[in-house]
Amino acid sequence: MDFFVAQFLTGLASACSLFLVASGLSIIFGVTRIVNFAHGAFYMLGAYVAYSLTERFSGALGFWAALVCAAALVAVLGVAMEILLLRRIYRAPELFQLLATFGVTLMVEDLVVLVFGPEDLLGPRAPGLKGAVDILGQAIPAYDLFLVALGPLVLGAIWLAFHNTRWGILVRAATQDRDMVAALGVNQKWLFTSVFALGVFLAALGGALQLPREAVNHAMDLKIIVEVFVVVVIGGLGSVTGAFLAAVLVCELNAFGVLVLPQVSLVLVFAVMALVLVLRPYGLLGRPDGAARPAIGTFITPWRPFTARERMLVAALIALVALLPLGAGVYVLSVAAEIAIFVLFAASLHFLMGAGGLPSFGHAAYFGLGAYGAAFALKLAGLSMAGAILLGPLLGLAGAVLFGWFCVRLSGVYSAMLTLAFAQIAWAVAFQWVGVTGGDNGLLGIWPQGFAATPAGFYWLALALAIMGVAALRTLIFSPFGYALRAARDNAARAEALGIDRHRIQWAAFALAGLFAAVAGALFAFLKGSVFPDTLGIPLSVDALAMVLLGGVETISGGVVGAIAYKLLSIWLMSETVHSKLVLGAVIVTLVVAFPHGIGGAFTRLRDRLGGAAA
Amino acid sequence: MLEVARLDAFYGRAQILHEVGLRVGPGEALALLGRNGAGKSTTLRAIMAQGPRRTGEIRLLGADVSRLQTHELVQAGIGYVPEDRRIFTDLTVMENLEVGRRPARPGHAPWTAERLFALFPNLAEMRQRRGGQMSGGEQQMLTLARTLMGNPLLLLLDEPSEGLAPRIVEQIALAVMALKTEGLSILLCEQNLHFARLICDRACVMARGRLVFEGSFATLEADPARRDALLSV
Amino acid sequence: MSPPLLEAESLAKSYGGVAAVRGVSFSLAAGEILALIGPNGAGKSTCFGLLGGQVKPDAGTVRLSGQDITGAPPRRLFRLGVGRTFQIAATFASMSVRENVAVALLSHHRALARPFGRATHPHHAETDTLLDLVGLADQAGRASGELAYGDIKRLELALALANAPRLLLMDEPTAGMASGERIALMRLVARLARERNMGILFTEHDMDVVFEHADRVLVLDRGSLIAQGPPAAIRADAQVRVIYLGTGLTFAGDADA
Repeated sequence: MDFFVAQFLTGLASACSLFLVASGLSIIFGVTRIVNFAHGAFYMLGAYVAYSLTERFSGALGFWAALVCAAALVAVLGVAMEILLLRRIYRAPELFQLLATFGVTLMVEDLVVLVFGPEDLLGPRAPGLKGAVDILGQAIPAYDLFLVALGPLVLGAIWLAFHNTRWGILVRAATQDRDMVAALGVNQKWLFTSVFALGVFLAALGGALQLPREAVNHAMDLKIIVEVFVVVVIGGLGSVTGAFLAAVLVCELNAFGVLVLPQVSLVLVFAVMALVLVLRPYGLLGRPDGAARPAIGTFITPWRPFTARERMLVAALIALVALLPLGAGVYVLSVAAEIAIFVLFAASLHFLMGAGGLPSFGHAAYFGLGAYGAAFALKLAGLSMAGAILLGPLLGLAGAVLFGWFCVRLSGVYSAMLTLAFAQIAWAVAFQWVGVTGGDNGLLGIWPQGFAATPAGFYWLALALAIMGVAALRTLIFSPFGYALRAARDNAARAEALGIDRHRIQWAAFALAGLFAAVAGALFAFLKGSVFPDTLGIPLSVDALAMVLLGGVETISGGVVGAIAYKLLSIWLMSETVHSKLVLGAVIVTLVVAFPHGIGGAFTRLRDRLGGAAA
Repeated sequence: MLEVARLDAFYGRAQILHEVGLRVGPGEALALLGRNGAGKSTTLRAIMAQGPRRTGEIRLLGADVSRLQTHELVQAGIGYVPEDRRIFTDLTVMENLEVGRRPARPGHAPWTAERLFALFPNLAEMRQRRGGQMSGGEQQMLTLARTLMGNPLLLLLDEPSEGLAPRIVEQIALAVMALKTEGLSILLCEQNLHFARLICDRACVMARGRLVFEGSFATLEADPARRDALLSV
Repeated sequence: MSPPLLEAESLAKSYGGVAAVRGVSFSLAAGEILALIGPNGAGKSTCFGLLGGQVKPDAGTVRLSGQDITGAPPRRLFRLGVGRTFQIAATFASMSVRENVAVALLSHHRALARPFGRATHPHHAETDTLLDLVGLADQAGRASGELAYGDIKRLELALALANAPRLLLMDEPTAGMASGERIALMRLVARLARERNMGILFTEHDMDVVFEHADRVLVLDRGSLIAQGPPAAIRADAQVRVIYLGTGLTFAGDADA
């Protein structure tokens, strides 16, 4: 009993920071309709800046002043991002805003290492709260009790500000109908900026408050952002009270889940989130979002299959690429095989996003599941390489069938956040279930066999499967199924009125996209000879997303073009600079602002313009 | 007060307003009549830079305001009461009024909650009630009161009588007449001819995105057959 | 006697305590053209949503040829032979005109689940017939996203006709069209109703359209049906004239005085 009380209090203490970050994200979304992926980065910056300031400020007062100053400084950075970046893309599709803020996250991760170094930093204990308090015979850290009290206090303060200040009333009004607020003479620009400042302040404060509890490191941002997404999906976007309830729920589930299912406590959180979403698709206290904006831009030029001449050209290109082993060494062949694998991976995501209109921030889940599936088939079931590549992807398919059922039932932002959360859960299972997956040590010794054992052989295998996969996806796009899918994306009401079961067809597309990603994953396992949890990780998901958006969602070959360009760029950057994330992030941000239609889209537009001039 | 000239508006490729021209004098009330879908609400939305893409000239007190954003138009003196009321349902009556509050204009007595409660006594009894728990008529009064808190010089009213019981329509008409007496200029979109005639001096009739009549109510009513052709079934 | 094609009985729907539709009952025979009119906010859109499966009623029933279809989702209504056009024309903007119609026909022939083969190959002749019917044959290859609004409306009609419906629900079929186009479109719809014995229910603001084509007119005001009958009777109905010109019950006398 006593132990349970202690565990409960620990859960509440963890909920405090999570609530601060989640409420900030929720408030920002409520007013600006932007899901700020960089919120985790601001949380991390809050912790780093607070660490630096506590080193400089002395005394008991200095510690607390450092926390608040850190949060304020980071809020200024947040405002700078809002003014310089987000103001340019408020009217852009949701996905581009998510991608832009993700680009910022990448940059921050590298900058943090540059400025503060790669080591974990241990902050000071909180002055006056260093000891423990005895509660029912259990020693509870005094700082935890402080956090337990702080959470509700902040909730109360936000509530008071929202109900008793003009600014708060405007924020609540804008959350409901921001155009009406403008029609009453309020300048939205500055309202948005001020809301952003508050949201980022809360996130940074959440990070700073973690200083006495855990070491500061440069991976904090992704860890928190996933939890925050789960929290706001459960609590309801735009609801601060919902964020509080959900933060407590998630942290208590974690605290007690460890007792029940020590290896995979996240599964419990996942199950609860799934339950909440089935019962309340907009979260505990959320409400349906009236004006749903398209997550992806509008399409103008209808897709068409290759003409005979284009098909000849593609065949010639393929033949040329297939001849690569005649003149290339082992390293080049391995890079080329990797590119082929990523072409298939990106094409599968492009199918889901472009044809299906279903953005996924966690597509690596199916890639990684395919890789693990192949490894299991080889190691546990004792199958050959061919068997592993054939059957391994079924694990990815199973994952996509399970997760897809939820994702297609939610609207744009919720769905995208859910895909990310699912991927992270898959990652956590792979990471924590050491007995089966080997955890962080991964599964080793997954080498190609037979003809594929040579670099050239494996390159041909990867190339052949990638070409077959991409061709199959193209065939799907022009098949009746593909048209039904695009119909559901273009106009849900019209599709339903024409007898199309939108959820079922999107679910099928989700499963198919997962299957093709899993094939790519299985190949990847054999390319590397091993499988690690990274193959399910967020960075890989975002790589795929960047490839698709870079190539152009609206262009049928966008995934293929984007994968080649992005992969070449990142391999080159990796060799040229140690700050590849910084450069990549900057590239992503620039591309989102400059080319909202991607490389492929820009090319199509150019071709249309030239064609139009000729006609 | 307000001059609109050659106003065209487009939703995507569809042109929905064609060369609309209007003039509202200081202290004047102009009715914009027409059946559903004639383009009345669109005209108001286009003036307020909300919704459709538009071209044309809009002048307020002689100054060109056609490039201003919505909130700047409000600051310049246009008050807009939209068609579907758009009350903030989570906010109380007092909070709804607070959203609309703007600084006083020199030379004009500013609107306060108390002055508005004198105009709409119903609202005074429900200061802390949430917008979502009010009846349609109460919401209509609140949306009018909320806009008045911005101390407008010109009021754009979009179908204030829509879907309301006659007794409520009467209260709202009395209130708008009082506003006119105070010197407020009014551009009123209406389907309710009697309501419009009570308040307004002149009428414009729209059909299919164009102005098809402009003149006094007497001229409009002088030929009932024509009036019915323009407005009735 | 066989039951009427469409029968609505005591339909009611309220939103947050405000009644949008209260106790609406009417019926529609096969081959009949019925117009639903009323001022803004009268409940026409809600009424249409209730019949088209977009809105679930609080009370009341809807029957199609005697079969209870209350609250049935739109995709089931499609299978039962109901066609639908929307107030803001709904087509598939990323597809060409021909592809739009192909999707509708594939769905009608239950061939949409096939994951291989070109979607535009089957039903070629049927596609041409539909496009001819609405006069879009010469624009078959164009992107539907770049059509003029009147053409989009006609394309939508072709989509709604793809399942050879026995009942067509049209929400403001001519809104946003130029005058000449309106007349042509409604004449086509009227002709189809006669030729195919298809029932049509439509809402419309353009009274010329209503009085030229409707066999019968329903008038909604504040959620209730206040009149129904042939166009001439509706035109002469004093109550209907009053609601269109404004109630004015209190003020008519003062104002005239």
